[in-house]
Amino acid sequence: MSTQRVRSKAKIALNATLVLIALAFVFVVVLLPLIVVIYEAAQEGWSAYYLAITDSDAKAAIYLTLLVAAIAVPVNMVFGVCAAWLITKHDFRGKDWLIAFIEIPFSVSPVVSGLVFVLLFGAHGWFGAWLQAHDIEIIFAVPGIVLATIFVTLPFVARQIIPLMNAQGRAAEEAALSLGASGWQTFWHVTLPDIRWALLYGVLLSLARAMGEFGAVSVVSGHIRGETNTMPLHVEVLYNDYNFVAAFAVASLLAGLALITLVFKSLLEWRHGNELKAQNNS
Amino acid sequence: MSIEVREISKAFQAHAALDAVSLKIKDRDFVALLGPSGSGKTTLLRVIAGLEYADAGRVYFSDIDVSNKPVQDRGIGFVFQNYALFRHMTVAKNIAFGLAMLPRKLRPSAKTIELRVTELLALVQLADLGTRYPNQLSGGQRQRVALARALAREPKILLLDEPFGALDAKVRRELRLALRAIHERLGITTIFVTHDQEEAFALADQVAILHNGKIEQFDTPGQIQQAPNSEFVRGFLA
Repeated sequence: MSTQRVRSKAKIALNATLVLIALAFVFVVVLLPLIVVIYEAAQEGWSAYYLAITDSDAKAAIYLTLLVAAIAVPVNMVFGVCAAWLITKHDFRGKDWLIAFIEIPFSVSPVVSGLVFVLLFGAHGWFGAWLQAHDIEIIFAVPGIVLATIFVTLPFVARQIIPLMNAQGRAAEEAALSLGASGWQTFWHVTLPDIRWALLYGVLLSLARAMGEFGAVSVVSGHIRGETNTMPLHVEVLYNDYNFVAAFAVASLLAGLALITLVFKSLLEWRHGNELKAQNNS
Repeated sequence: MSIEVREISKAFQAHAALDAVSLKIKDRDFVALLGPSGSGKTTLLRVIAGLEYADAGRVYFSDIDVSNKPVQDRGIGFVFQNYALFRHMTVAKNIAFGLAMLPRKLRPSAKTIELRVTELLALVQLADLGTRYPNQLSGGQRQRVALARALAREPKILLLDEPFGALDAKVRRELRLALRAIHERLGITTIFVTHDQEEAFALADQVAILHNGKIEQFDTPGQIQQAPNSEFVRGFLA
């Protein structure tokens, strides 16, 4: 009896220590930076904050970030669903290669991904001369930023729905086909409703990344103020100019966008946790 | 509708699942494909359905070659081992699916579809469960829904893959009787796959015993029990 009580006391002490360590860690690594961002942004009062985020360069950066996300995320949503559908519902040669290719953007450094686009479409790149001859700007312009963002966020949607679709198997699709549905009807009425929450989850993850991407975008953007600076790049420019209040103001806005995404993501997990997990409850 | 399978072969990677199988099934017959796991019985059923394409051989429905027709155009009903219900649809929507997917010109009115669903629910004895979702049903009820769904477009051929495999003994017996009654009433040709010989012999008019991708014996239950034609069949029945 007494040894048991001693043991359970020791267990409580151990649990408490672990919880404290975890909380302290989260505070230092996650919460403190967020607090610093907001604190620094508010250093010179709300008028300075307001000026910083309504500055014409800042507004251009916000607009560009939203524009790039609005193009890159839907493109990757469509691609991710197509790729996942091919991989999980069909057998074909080279399937393992496709799976490996989808993973590449996760394993390659973003700076390298950016450089690849410069080598392809830059002034001295493979298609540089042709593009110049036809007056098409990709590098140091919006198309390059969109391309780099698409590349970096490519795996998010596919990675989120492939395990779920694998676990669900093909029986429901085969049932739909045996009932006379066409391939498209099967996809629209059977496959898509089964993955909708996981798909939305993947879209939110890729949205957060698309808005926050720095490395790849930095290489292809050329940092032209008011033209090719996204929000993360604009923050860096302001910071390098010793304009700390403005830098943190824009950073706080970016963090705010990320937090909104996070809230939606948590809501999804809370409401539809079961359907996000790769579990099979026919 | 009669079914004829002629010299069907099908291999998965190097493994031969079906080895030049031939089989003739008369209109309105009730046939069981019986055999141990890996004998090719499910593959044969899926080839007949059009869910799987054979490497060689032909499939005929009423003497018409359907070998190159996709599953949608074969006019069959298929019942899957694990029900394969659409989990985000109510029971009624599940059953109505085949009708709702018809091209607009052929599709019955919403009212007609509703009546048909009510009729099918009564046929499988689930009259009041139309508004439920599949995860609110027992295994036996789910399989009844799957059966009703497969019958919605009035197929001339009904194919069932281990339809009672996941159910307990009492529910199996009830469902067997229900299936046999529906077969008699609708006058359709029915083929079901099972590894349970008691089930095959109790239910079917004719039983095909498969082994290593070949049909060992195809006859009435009585004939097979009286005169097993090979060492394998004798051993399998023992």
